[in-house]
Amino acid sequence: MDAQAAKYIGAGLAMTGLIGAGAGLGILFGNYLQAAIRNPAAAAGERTYLFLGMALAETMGLFGLVMGLLILFS
Amino acid sequence: MAAIEPMEQFLVHKVVPIEFPVPGLGMVDVSITNSVIFMMIAASLICLFFFTAAKRALVPGRGQALAEMMYGMVDGVLTGGIIGDRGRPFLPFVFTLFLMIATLNLIGLAPGGFTVTSQLAVTGTLAVMTFLTVLVVGFARNGLGFFKLFWPSGMHPAMSAFLLPIELISFLIRPFTLALRLFGNMLGGHVVVYIFASFVIGLGVWGLHGVGLNNLGLLGSGLAFLMVVALTALDFVIAVIQAFVWAALTCVYLNEVVNLDHGH
Repeated sequence: MDAQAAKYIGAGLAMTGLIGAGAGLGILFGNYLQAAIRNPAAAAGERTYLFLGMALAETMGLFGLVMGLLILFS
Repeated sequence: MAAIEPMEQFLVHKVVPIEFPVPGLGMVDVSITNSVIFMMIAASLICLFFFTAAKRALVPGRGQALAEMMYGMVDGVLTGGIIGDRGRPFLPFVFTLFLMIATLNLIGLAPGGFTVTSQLAVTGTLAVMTFLTVLVVGFARNGLGFFKLFWPSGMHPAMSAFLLPIELISFLIRPFTLALRLFGNMLGGHVVVYIFASFVIGLGVWGLHGVGLNNLGLLGSGLAFLMVVALTALDFVIAVIQAFVWAALTCVYLNEVVNLDHGH
């Protein structure tokens, strides 16, 4: 296996970090919806924290993207 | 068939080259690039909108209602909701960040548009600006008491050897995560749309020129086109949400230093 092929495989493997981000986002939005359906009056107040949690969960996946880009282009 | 280059849309090229020597620095490059042009377009759009919308009518028209709605959202949910009454002085900063990022993201989605926020240099600069604002406000409001930020309340002193480095790192990593989040979202969104758009043409050509089962390529082409439409719609949502997230995180970071002694 030449180095270029190994690079591409490594970049693809780096993107597996997105598994965690996807699972995290699913848990986040699922639990938010559950809570919002049980208590719709309180849902609007927690939407800011929903987006904050989304941002933080997403960041972890994006670190994987950065690793992939670093492997490909450096 | 043209080569598929998903990254080509992010290339910065000079439109008006401006270079001149500065003593002590060497050649300074302040060329007007496509990135600069789209930033100027965004800034003029925002200014134009607010100059036409802010008529101070008692019964607001459409533009004024939209402007008041956005202002009220940032004031009520972000600076008011997260920081509280002490957040009022930061409203212009947060509102400007929100509007600028949202506009840059949205005009990047226009056909032929250049996404300025897909440049790590741009998001990095914005992140460093936000981070420095938090630092300056923190030291100005609390003096050396700013370092209490790294001392969780109720922590046993024996734990400090473990927790202080973690708190410090999680504080210092903030500009990187801010910059990477916006950059990654914009880059990822545009690359995915580009790749599905290339499927539309690639599979369509394959389906038109093939025989027998190859005609199924036309079906794949149609599905890829539907995917492009759906992803573009998703990108519009993400463009606004990412601007909101940036503004909200700025408020959270400011809240920690502004209400350090209150625990709001």
